[in-house]
Amino acid sequence: MTTIGKFFRTTAIKLSLIYLAVFAGFAVFLVLYLNTTTTTLLTRQLNETVNAEIKGLAEQYGQRGLPGLVALVERRSRQPGANLYLLVNDSGNVLAGNIARISPTLFENVDSEPREIRYRLIEEGGVAAGHTAVVRVFELRGGYKILVGRDLGEREALQGVVHETFFIAGALLVVLGLISWVFVSSRVLKRIDAVSNTTQSIISGDLSRRLLITGSGDEFDRLAISLNAMLGRIEELMHGLKEVSDNIAHDLKTPLTRLRSRVESALAGNGESETYRETLEMTINEADQLIKTFNALLLIARVEAKAPGEVMSDLNLSQIVEDVAELYEPMVEEQGMVFVVNTPPNAPVHGNRELISQALANLLDNALKYAQPSTDDPNGPEPKIMISVTKNADETVLVVADNGSGIDEDARTKVLQRFTRLDGSRSQPGSGLGLSLVSAVAGLHNAKIDLQHTHPSLKDGGDTYPGRGLSISLRFPALQDMKGKNVELAGAKQPA
Amino acid sequence: MKILIIEDDQEAARYLVKALTEAGHVADHAADGDTGAHKALVYDYDVLIVDRMLPKRDGLSIIEDLRERDKQTPVMILSALGQVDDRVKGLRAGGDDYLPKPYAFSELLARIEVLARRRKPEDVETIYTVGDLELDRLSHTVTRAGQNIILQPREFRLLEYLMRHAGHVVTRTMLLENVWDYHFDPQTNVIDVHMSRLRGKVDKEFDKPLLHTVRGAGYVIRDDDR
Repeated sequence: MTTIGKFFRTTAIKLSLIYLAVFAGFAVFLVLYLNTTTTTLLTRQLNETVNAEIKGLAEQYGQRGLPGLVALVERRSRQPGANLYLLVNDSGNVLAGNIARISPTLFENVDSEPREIRYRLIEEGGVAAGHTAVVRVFELRGGYKILVGRDLGEREALQGVVHETFFIAGALLVVLGLISWVFVSSRVLKRIDAVSNTTQSIISGDLSRRLLITGSGDEFDRLAISLNAMLGRIEELMHGLKEVSDNIAHDLKTPLTRLRSRVESALAGNGESETYRETLEMTINEADQLIKTFNALLLIARVEAKAPGEVMSDLNLSQIVEDVAELYEPMVEEQGMVFVVNTPPNAPVHGNRELISQALANLLDNALKYAQPSTDDPNGPEPKIMISVTKNADETVLVVADNGSGIDEDARTKVLQRFTRLDGSRSQPGSGLGLSLVSAVAGLHNAKIDLQHTHPSLKDGGDTYPGRGLSISLRFPALQDMKGKNVELAGAKQPA
Repeated sequence: MKILIIEDDQEAARYLVKALTEAGHVADHAADGDTGAHKALVYDYDVLIVDRMLPKRDGLSIIEDLRERDKQTPVMILSALGQVDDRVKGLRAGGDDYLPKPYAFSELLARIEVLARRRKPEDVETIYTVGDLELDRLSHTVTRAGQNIILQPREFRLLEYLMRHAGHVVTRTMLLENVWDYHFDPQTNVIDVHMSRLRGKVDKEFDKPLLHTVRGAGYVIRDDDR
């Protein structure tokens, strides 16, 4: 594309042309309107002048008779810039006036209103070009007829001025339009080209580049800010993806290596069938763990991608919590932990039962692992897990809390990422994916996930537990019906 | 039990045929969709094991075809896809159960044995009996040797499921799916604790245990004397 071609293909030129056309149209309309109204006004004024003159002459004739009228017409005819006058008797002979020659047909009719005629003015040195005048023929008593006319020179001069202004303004409009178009399009093109160049270098791999923000706050700045935010998000995602693939490589290769060397050493061993059996059983266990990790990864990826096909429906969160709690209750009890479940009868959320259940199960698996209080005091408080559902106008909140050692503030974001296993938990079984899934499920449901120390809130009969504890809350947006009222689910469980 | 395996991976199929034969079943194999569809339609099998992705024909279309021709052989779908909606799709096409690859053979075996029995009119039965243990589905009562056993609702459903499949192994996953309606595996073995609770109520006070753990597979309820 040539530079000129590019220049002509811009939005700026299209906009400039459109504006130009609109303004020109406007100007033409304005001039035409002005012209018509002034013409009408002037014509009316001229007509009135002619009528007033005739009226005056007729009065003079009434008071002073024919000689008076003739004298008056003669006098007025001689004034410079005079009107047109012609007084004839009933046989058509001229009695007075300043008209040299006239078509006799003009006197055939008596006019009630003035009309326009063309005439020629005799001046010194010859006959001037055609003039236009408004004339009126009036019949007086005694068969006399008088014609009074007024030259339209004034009106025509005014129209000339208007036309001239119109052409000058039009030319000015075109010139100004061209200038503004050149200015705007070159400026716009410059910024667009800057955006294009930055984009090109981002496409070729430099994700750290950002669009220039001039600080003028115009639409280009706003666009650049949005695009930069998008680029930031993409960079973050790419970074996350890289980290994840590194982690996957590490966390899947480690057990695979373990598995392989175990089989290898069994093969190199003494060949006893007992050794083989043991090795094979361990291999199966290891493979099962790998499959689980793999499935968990796939599920997280799927949930994070908000893949369609996950069935979302209106659910009672309390019901989900109670079902999962019921599944875990014997386990919690067997571990010698206290289990407290607090749910309102009705806590509507929009979501996927299976995924919310699984997220809750992951939270409970976690709590089961870490709910032991950090103190080794045998008389210390019992380990405790607490689940609660609360709701208010804006949100339905699910909290799973324990009184274990908790997670330090700086590690809280990290534990939500894949394969993060804090140092203290390396000895515990697990893939480091549990909380990642919880976080992904929260994201799918537009729920805010929040990690806190349980300490101030985990109370039992006024006693506060010494363990700082971990309290994870998921804040689901409240389910609203079309009128913005909170929805009550049909078939909600009745309070006991 | 006559089983048809429609699976294009030769080695996987050979392994399945061998393992199923060792488990006392008669296994037949079709390596592509067309042959499989033909065999399934012409012969009478107790269970079909269908891989989802097959050469020539999609596994799901075979099932749809069979169901359209009113062939109601129970179908177990095997799939490497294994996601929630994939499972739903498989069951909607007319499959009876779904197992994501890779799977444990014990899981597959337990499931197809339950599938094959599903054809019998079990739902007519209102009272299940195993040895001296009796469960009445209508009155929701459980007695052993005439003695009333009080169970929580979920424990009742657990025992009901085990007794419906008395003599057959049910896996932890099957229990989670059928008693709790969950399709995920919790990390901790919550099912085992439920089972030990149930044992405490059903077996503890009595001489002969009826609930048995099958190592590496799951649980079975049976009266060993018979």
